[in-house]
Amino acid sequence: MHVDDPAFWRAGAISTVSIMSVVLVMLTIDSLAAISPGGSNVPLYTVINQHIDYKFDDKRGNDMPVIRGAEPLFGKAVDAAAAEALIDKGKMVIQSRSCIDCHTFFGNGAYYAPDLTKAWLDPAWETWKIITGTKTREDAMVKFLMHPDKYRIWTRAMPNLDITQQEAEALVAYLKWMSAVDTNGFPANFGRMQQKQ
Amino acid sequence: MYRSQKLALKYLTAAITLFGIMTVAGLMSAYYYINPDFLFGILHFNIAKILHIDTMIIWLLMGFMGAIYWFLPEEFGRELVGIKLAEILFYVFFGAVVVVAVVFIVVQYGNSDETALWFINQGRKYVEAPRWAAIGVVVVMAVFAYNVIGTAYVTGKVSGITAVLMVDLVPLLVLYLDAFPAISNMSADLFWWWWLVHLWVEATWEVLIGCIMAWSLMQLLGTSRRIVETWLYIEVALVLGTGILGLGHHYFWIGAPSYWLTIGGLFSAFEPLPLLGMVVHAVYDAGTHHMKTTNRPAFYWLMAEAFGNFLGGGVWGFMMTLPQVNLYAHGTQWTVSHGHFAFWGAYACGVLSVIYLVIQKLRSLTQVDGALWKWSFAALNLGLVGMVGALLVSGFAQAFIERAIGGSTHDAFIAGQSSPWFVEGMVTRFIFGLMFAAGYVALVWDLLTIGKRAPVLATAGAAE
Ligand code: HEC
Ligand code: HEM
Ligand code: HEM
Ligand SMILES: [Fe+2]
Repeated sequence: MHVDDPAFWRAGAISTVSIMSVVLVMLTIDSLAAISPGGSNVPLYTVINQHIDYKFDDKRGNDMPVIRGAEPLFGKAVDAAAAEALIDKGKMVIQSRSCIDCHTFFGNGAYYAPDLTKAWLDPAWETWKIITGTKTREDAMVKFLMHPDKYRIWTRAMPNLDITQQEAEALVAYLKWMSAVDTNGFPANFGRMQQKQ
Repeated sequence: MYRSQKLALKYLTAAITLFGIMTVAGLMSAYYYINPDFLFGILHFNIAKILHIDTMIIWLLMGFMGAIYWFLPEEFGRELVGIKLAEILFYVFFGAVVVVAVVFIVVQYGNSDETALWFINQGRKYVEAPRWAAIGVVVVMAVFAYNVIGTAYVTGKVSGITAVLMVDLVPLLVLYLDAFPAISNMSADLFWWWWLVHLWVEATWEVLIGCIMAWSLMQLLGTSRRIVETWLYIEVALVLGTGILGLGHHYFWIGAPSYWLTIGGLFSAFEPLPLLGMVVHAVYDAGTHHMKTTNRPAFYWLMAEAFGNFLGGGVWGFMMTLPQVNLYAHGTQWTVSHGHFAFWGAYACGVLSVIYLVIQKLRSLTQVDGALWKWSFAALNLGLVGMVGALLVSGFAQAFIERAIGGSTHDAFIAGQSSPWFVEGMVTRFIFGLMFAAGYVALVWDLLTIGKRAPVLATAGAAE
């Protein structure tokens, strides 16, 4: 073997990189199908019309979203186009306010504020319902997002980011949809402490 | 001196300046954890942190560009093609950075429309810069690539190092195009976003710094080209052979299929190997030259790069790369511990090493040494390692209390953040951050004056 010949290693580098790149492209094509809305891992945006839960799945051995029965957001079901418009708007709010530079989404972002992956399902909204004087979780979320500094429940507060009613509703739709994504069990044990209590 | 080397000096000066701004923004970001009312209603954590991480990317990129503009004309034995354009673009680049920073601080955010993304803030981590500025970065990098590739074409002289560099610049630039889209589906958005972040820092940047360190080793220790080029190819094969599919360690929990748990965990687990290889290479070369060098600061920073890259990237990364661990470590201060150690070790130390090499040539010093560089070297590295240790303690607490026991709810988050381990970690991090900042001040002072304090150095040089 020509181990002390640079050309040998150059050939090795070129072939390794080529093989790995091809494999990555193939896996990417497969993954993109799985993560497009309606694919095996990511629900359609109209999932916001349904009841969403997060339960331990014995077969998979991890927590999984459970989507069952109707539960329209703000009490009114929306069609596919309206759902998509809400999600598009929600994402624009998220980017324009750079929520991800304080919070994490699927655990990615900044670590100054709670992870939002399952924020829709967070037991804390029960507290916020009382503080904001609202009857439903979605109304509490809207009120909180519009005036987080007024309804803070902790020393580290979320600032007021001038979020309008319409923007807040889109955010709630976004968070609800996101909680139905199959994340291979992250976060683990979500809300189990509270269930026991 | 070549014009391209004068341009290199500008880039390196800009890099050190932005390094300072990054440090101040880092201290601010850290302070919010201790006093959450700090600047409340005026400037929030997210803005300070954006300034911190975005200036980090920019100063390291400018450092790389400076290093390459410095070494390349000597490699080719001629001025770079298109240098005039590159000179103009330096001012455009620096001016754009200032405008973006001012808009972040003053305007902060816009409405939920395209205008905000074009002119204020794109709100995607590391690539928050508005689109107009991102276009500017593309133009600067394209001209940079043209300088390198164009000169190689004109001279027809392509060494192994320049060949690797040229090939590397293409994916580097193409991946950056990922800074523009605003995909509604968060899973798809993050899927592509990681192509940019991971395939930059664990693939293309790693190759780039490999080229720069190869030149440095040749200059600093007189290692032969044949040896450094052989090592460079091995490194490219191993870094990319493990790192391309290692990308999967970011796909565990974002909605992607579960096969990534196996593929990502497996390949990324081998990523530390080439980094260990580089340590062996550097130590071996230093040993064969009996650690004799005329530029001790450059030599020490080069060693810090080799060890920092392996420890911060390889060991700290490995700790959290298996899905069984990452399920709990994911998105905690543990991640921050690794991020700091790795970026510092792999890239910042490398840029600093090159800067000392440049200063030696610039001031025609036969010997670069003194006391001040040792103080700055010690304060920066101890400060950084202290922060990394403190963050790891906070990160462990968070992984246990928030993730494993608490289940990552709002309540669990508060429990984690309020735990004494976590709180003390944050305070300790801040204190070591101050030490780091002191090291920065000493560094700047040393860079401005080293070699100009001639009498001391002359005797030091004569004594050896
Ligand atoms: C400056 C940092 C910061 C920014 C920017 C920010 N948040 Fe927050 N957010 C916080 C903090 C801190 C809390 C915890 C507040 C409390 O407990 O009172 C919080 C709480 C929340 C909660 C409740 C979390 C839970 O687990 O139930 C939601 C939902 C939320 N934020 C959504 C958002 C959205 C959406 C955005 C962007 C439009 C955003 N945040 C931007 C800091 C921030
Ligand atoms: C005075 C020194 C520094 C301080 C106090 C500091 C502080 C911080 C803080 C508070 C964050 C935010 C983390 C979070 O979201 O909770 C951060 C993020 C980050 N910093 Fe620093 N930093 C310093 C120096 C550096 C240096 C020298 C580098 C690299 C060369 C660096 C690279 C980063 C990176 C990559 C992130 C993002 C990490 C992540 O989110 O996982 N920092 N820093
Ligand atoms: C020297 C090159 C490296 C640098 C600069 C680097 C930097 C970073 C940064 C900044 C992050 C945080 C990203 C974010 O969310 O913003 C990160 C995450 C991560 N890195 Fe690295 N890294 C390097 C090498 C490695 C290696 C070699 C491994 C594995 C062996 C690794 C494993 C990981 C893992 C698993 C995460 C995800 C952490 C989480 O789940 O929160 N890294 N890296
Ligand atoms: Fe990675």
